[in-house]
Amino acid sequence: MYNSKYVISVLVIFLAVFSYPFWGNLASKDYTGPKLSLPADQKQCIEPVEFMRSQHMTLLNQWRDSALRDGKRVYVASNGATWEASLQKTCMSCHTNKAEFCDTCHLENAVEPYCWTCHVPPKGNE
Amino acid sequence: MLEKVLKGSPKYYMWLAFLGGIIGVGAITYLFQLKYGLALTGMSRDVTWGFYIAQFTYLVGIAASAVMLVLPAYFHGYKQFKKIIIFGEFMAIGAVIMCMLFIVVDMGMPQRMLNVMLHPTFNSVMFYDMMVLIGYLCLNAIIGWKTLECERFQIAPPQWVKYLIYTSVIWAFSIHTVTAFLSQGLPGRHYWLTAVLAARFLASAFCAGPALLLLLLMVVKKIAKFEIGKEAIKTLTIIITYAMCLNVFLFLCEVFTAFYSNIPGHMHPLHFLFAGTEQGLPWVTYWMWIGAVLAIASLVLLIPTSLRENMKILPWALGMLVLATWIDKGLGLIVGGFAPSPFETWALYAPTVPELLISLGIFGVGAFVVSILWKIAIDVKKEAGTL
Amino acid sequence: MKRSRRQFLKVASLSVAGLGAQLAAGGMTKAAAAVKPSYKEDALALKAKRWAMVIDTREFASKEDFDACINACNTAHNIPQVPGKTEIKWIWKDAYEHTFTETTNKYQSKEVEDREYFMLCNHCENPPCVRVCPTQATYKLESGIVAMDYHRCIGCRFCMAGCPFGARSFNFTDPRPYIKDINPKFPTRMIGVVEKCNFCVERLDEGKLPACVEAAPGKIHFGDLSDPESEVRKLLEENYTLRRKPALGTEPGVFYII
Repeated sequence: MYNSKYVISVLVIFLAVFSYPFWGNLASKDYTGPKLSLPADQKQCIEPVEFMRSQHMTLLNQWRDSALRDGKRVYVASNGATWEASLQKTCMSCHTNKAEFCDTCHLENAVEPYCWTCHVPPKGNE
Repeated sequence: MLEKVLKGSPKYYMWLAFLGGIIGVGAITYLFQLKYGLALTGMSRDVTWGFYIAQFTYLVGIAASAVMLVLPAYFHGYKQFKKIIIFGEFMAIGAVIMCMLFIVVDMGMPQRMLNVMLHPTFNSVMFYDMMVLIGYLCLNAIIGWKTLECERFQIAPPQWVKYLIYTSVIWAFSIHTVTAFLSQGLPGRHYWLTAVLAARFLASAFCAGPALLLLLLMVVKKIAKFEIGKEAIKTLTIIITYAMCLNVFLFLCEVFTAFYSNIPGHMHPLHFLFAGTEQGLPWVTYWMWIGAVLAIASLVLLIPTSLRENMKILPWALGMLVLATWIDKGLGLIVGGFAPSPFETWALYAPTVPELLISLGIFGVGAFVVSILWKIAIDVKKEAGTL
Repeated sequence: MKRSRRQFLKVASLSVAGLGAQLAAGGMTKAAAAVKPSYKEDALALKAKRWAMVIDTREFASKEDFDACINACNTAHNIPQVPGKTEIKWIWKDAYEHTFTETTNKYQSKEVEDREYFMLCNHCENPPCVRVCPTQATYKLESGIVAMDYHRCIGCRFCMAGCPFGARSFNFTDPRPYIKDINPKFPTRMIGVVEKCNFCVERLDEGKLPACVEAAPGKIHFGDLSDPESEVRKLLEENYTLRRKPALGTEPGVFYII
């Protein structure tokens, strides 16, 4: 190999920098995840927590299409309960604290949904 | 061949830097428009398309006009055009890019523009417009690049280029017809609701495009000692003259239909454009009359053969023609469509400074694209000895 | 190692592509194996095959008569009060010659001439706006309502050029600063989208009549045009009515008793 001194040394530095996410936090505390402020009265969301965590945006998109294009505004959940398919009227009626619930996770994950430019968050949060 | 872009005279670099500056000003102004919305333009609830769509409409015609060289050269074997076709095709690329940019800056939600492709709507003319513009851009890029490359290596282009060229001929007519259909099928806009709009668009494109091409080629002649060819200029100016005559004739047909039928819906837009309202003459009336005078003047200088073949007069005639068609098919057409409003009121529109700066930036992009593409063409021809 | 660098790169990229595809496929099947949702209509929802409106223009005399309806719509739907030529309006009033442009009459009855008339989206049967929309952001429901999905609108304003009635408004700027009291039960719109009257489809879906109808009982009538027994059909039989620009063939669904 030509210039093996430089190639090997730069390669080692590159690998070290590139693998930083894996070893950089070995010495610090474990990541605990965002602290959410959950609704006081309701214990169960529309669907199980795992589903809601990963699929709530897909679900909202399906709600939008069903309500606006099919005129079907009642959502029948997997446990048979019925809910109105509305972000403002259903979700926000329990999750009344946008800053301590919605925003906490979104900020941690660098997600910037622009739902709130149109959909009105519950009063007392902004 | 891209390497030809990187080597040029100091004047060439200064020209590109100047264009870069204009583009920068336009881009920064556009950032303001993204933040504050189209309220920065002169558009209103009653005049919802303005300067941007006017430029788009005009530039689609310029883009389609490449066919006026391609058709005689490839379909009818008119060899005298073969030398300058590449410049026409490259100008078409610049024009199509400008068209697309004008549409993007006119959109309220440009970040959602892919929705047109994600949710294809086969009854919407705008869906087809997006598809045919993209197709035309690709066609011209592939054809232009391949033929230029073959010219560089002094070989005949491969067979498949011929099929693409025939496709591009039909495609050129279609892009401008589709753009006309955008306006001509709308039931509430009486200035546009005429079968003759597509024909007018094509006629005006086929005189304005080649005229602009000739003017730009005269500039190239000065810079690069490029001989366009006496025969080519003669034939092209004849085509331009006939197309302009057809354009003016079709417009006068509109005037006849409107005023002989005496139907208010037909008369009102033309009356507004050329005679204003009871409140007086809006700026657009002066604008339209200047366009009309320039149109007639250009024909006066183009129809008599001795004047048309006079190389000192020809640039002026072509310049007046380009300006006249720009006035008529650009802002004149768009303002006329919205006058009167659906409520039979007169909403006045004038482009604002931000609107004009953004438009200037986009023209800068077009000039930039054409400059570098034509630089490649000129340098390749010099290298191959076919300049 | 006799293998060339080129072969190494080929094998390496294929393995990475395969790994990536596996991960992606795993993620997608996980999502598909989620809950099977179902949707249905609200039991209270009002249903029709062709919603239409009959406005008794004789009943609207004072400014308060008109404002009751206009304000009801504005507050229910968070319509911004933007001043000037970039205004947004879903229902408004105007003079006879601006409303009925095809039936102008120099010697019209003065009383009819001086009256004012509501204008709003006509929810046409052959809507040009739906025909031209390149993304189906505006579409016709089976109930005859011409609806809008503001999530999909790209703001090209082709629908505004296509509407012969000037029923649509565009958000030239951010509407939020122009909304006084936001109704938390209904969203606002955002900068860069077109909006218009929606015949209160969200109220119909929960069994209520449109806001303007509710604000003017007995003056604005609402019902199913396809039902011969409906109130609107009876009114149309008993009264001579006008529609705006009927010659254009859009078949508007808003009738005016003159």
